[in-house]
Amino acid sequence: MNEKVLMKGNEAFAEAAIRSGCRYYFGYPITPQNEITEYMSRELAKHGGSFVQAESEIAAINMAYGGAAAGGKVLISSSSPGIALMQEGFSFLCSTEIPLVILSVSRGGPGVGTIQPGQADYYQSTRGGGNGDYHLFVFAPSSIQEAVDMMARAFDIAEEYRNPVMIYVDGVLGQMMEPVVLPKPIPAVSGDEISKLRPWAMTGTDGKREHNVIKSLYLKPEELEARILDMDQKYQKAKKELVLCKTEGLEEAEVVFVAYGSTARITEEAVDLLAEEGIQAGLIRPVSLWPFPYDVFDQIPDTVKAVISVELSMGQMIDDVKIGCKGRFPVSLSGRVGGILITPPEIAADAKKALGVRA
Amino acid sequence: MATHKLIIAGFGGQGVMLIGQMIAYAGMLEGKEVTWMPAYGPEMRGGTANCTVVISDRKISSPIVTEATAVVAMNLPSLHKFEKLVKPGGLLFINSSLIHEDADRDDVEVCRIDANEIAVRLQNDKVSNMVILGAVVSKTGVVKMGSIEKVMDKLFTGNKVKTLPLNKKALTAWEA
Amino acid sequence: MTGKEAVQSVMVDKNPKSMKAVFQYTKGMLPEETTYCPGCTHGIAHRLIMEVLDEKGLLGQTIGVAPIGCSILAHHYMNVDMCESAHGRAPAIATGIRRVQKDKIIFTYQGDGDLASIGTGEIVQAAHRGEKFTTFFINNAIYGMTGGQMAPTSLIGQKTTTSAEGRDKESAGMPIRMAELIATMDGAVFVERVSVDSPANIRKAKKAVQNAIEVQEKRLGFGFVEILSTCPTNWGLNPVKSLEWLRENMIPYYPLGNLKHPREVK
Repeated sequence: MNEKVLMKGNEAFAEAAIRSGCRYYFGYPITPQNEITEYMSRELAKHGGSFVQAESEIAAINMAYGGAAAGGKVLISSSSPGIALMQEGFSFLCSTEIPLVILSVSRGGPGVGTIQPGQADYYQSTRGGGNGDYHLFVFAPSSIQEAVDMMARAFDIAEEYRNPVMIYVDGVLGQMMEPVVLPKPIPAVSGDEISKLRPWAMTGTDGKREHNVIKSLYLKPEELEARILDMDQKYQKAKKELVLCKTEGLEEAEVVFVAYGSTARITEEAVDLLAEEGIQAGLIRPVSLWPFPYDVFDQIPDTVKAVISVELSMGQMIDDVKIGCKGRFPVSLSGRVGGILITPPEIAADAKKALGVRA
Repeated sequence: MATHKLIIAGFGGQGVMLIGQMIAYAGMLEGKEVTWMPAYGPEMRGGTANCTVVISDRKISSPIVTEATAVVAMNLPSLHKFEKLVKPGGLLFINSSLIHEDADRDDVEVCRIDANEIAVRLQNDKVSNMVILGAVVSKTGVVKMGSIEKVMDKLFTGNKVKTLPLNKKALTAWEA
Repeated sequence: MTGKEAVQSVMVDKNPKSMKAVFQYTKGMLPEETTYCPGCTHGIAHRLIMEVLDEKGLLGQTIGVAPIGCSILAHHYMNVDMCESAHGRAPAIATGIRRVQKDKIIFTYQGDGDLASIGTGEIVQAAHRGEKFTTFFINNAIYGMTGGQMAPTSLIGQKTTTSAEGRDKESAGMPIRMAELIATMDGAVFVERVSVDSPANIRKAKKAVQNAIEVQEKRLGFGFVEILSTCPTNWGLNPVKSLEWLRENMIPYYPLGNLKHPREVK
């Protein structure tokens, strides 16, 4: 087994990407994800890869599109306002079916907001601001180890589905340090292997095949509709195959929390605090945010009195929680914003309020 | 072992992030679960800097600390901000070189360490953080001093190797 | 006869003994009917680039990036691997392609709205980095696909659908000279402005395309060829009058000639 190392989240994510065979990175500085950009600038060349510091996030996502359309394994990362600038690119990547992995390390918004952590980009990640019918596959790990283990899988899913995959963490996971076991390196694909593995890629025809065209433009409405229906089949398949969710203590629960990412960890401590007071709380931790694990909510027993969505936002995931609950339970929000992390006592207090227990 | 939850705070450049990382690293070498989390600010130098370190035998869920087993205040704003978070019976380390006020708390054990003065006596003001680190490790027992020395051996390499004896000496200087 | 059939009938010499081939279809262009208007010079520009690549035997080693604009379908006509770009982003895309496909010939083909308006950031920064690819910039002083709006390159007094009284310097500024701007970048090593309004100028344009590709083959730096073109439909002129308008109005403001040329390439 590989050795445990103490690493900052951002650096561990970058190293995990390299070990997953990623050799191309395009980025623009923005806090709190700069360690990823810096790490890639130092390390990629050592592995025969390339790094470009782009002039903007708009350029970065388009460089990434070019690199991935040319058959490269590409990682891109940014934080909230930067991810906002990339939305047009995400729509293009989905419509042209170009695989790559996006690492979103979110901070508090709106506007410039703050560099402190936030989870107010749930809509941005799962609904997106690009045009048209498209979806990113979005995964939200809650520890550095989980994120690192997810990286190679994210590249595989992107490649299998030919669709971008987003790993959505917040500044807490990006900036904190934890011991982590790094995955074994996967060799990178290069040269002729690229055209064998990705026959759709722009590698030059070499006079041996018809030219490859990567496009999203269809002038005939029927052709475009057929294209979108094709894409939708892929998304329907993803809804069956890519749902990932962890649950704890639902059976005995009086109250059920729903939380993702670093907030799920803080919520776990709130569960312990409530247990000390004799209140049983359960936890649903969606790992895939798109597709969202709606069906898991059917496992919540009827005896549960309240469901609480815990988020560092004014309530975004709560919409999906309500869909999952199908009106069976009252759903409320427990959250802090502005870059402030919610604390276990605050979450426990919100639970007691929802249960009508005097604090 | 109980779970240790530390808050280490000062101004940027005092090396508070580093000593937090060293404790986390030492904990990992001892096979414990650890987390280190910075409160990162937009100011790079001279602003407030603080980190939280959690060390436990059990899986750590929350990396944030609302009740600290120990707080280290390297400057006055840090004392004002974090003193209230020490849990009753916990430890409050005060860098008395820079903090001349007394603590408000009487339900915690207060350790005043003249860190900068002691560091100057060791001929290098920069090791004031190591002086405090030595005190924190000894008084809390969060990790073994030997583990901290191992971490130093791993961190201070290359050009920094010549600073190793001074840094190790600083670890016990608070007792004198 | 559809355009496609007409094209194919030109290609098939039905009576080889009695006729001499004076014009052949380049392998670089696919036998497709284009969407370009009569008298539009996009077709000439397409042909020049693909002919040069064909003559150099580089078609199989070339990757192109098409813009948003009338030439959005360039990938439908040009017989090389190509992709679409979001409006103005082609130079960033080509930058990414270059990192992965290090031994290929890479070009972007962009119009004036794409390159000189929404995409100024990307083109300036790619030139500044000295990216090893070639940009062909089609300047026809107007937005074509969207229906004749004012471009950054529209001339003072030029009437467009967003400057009905003619372009006004006070509100819209002077027309932007991209070749001159790009030539100020150290990373841009080949910069030339050409026109396709006459057979003589077309021959000069082809020479510029050849030189630009050679600069890229030698990986000397960024190459930029600005091609003055016509837009009869949106200028409201017939094809012949359009060529005259280009000569009389555009060339005086956008002087033809080479602005930068590395010593290594003649």
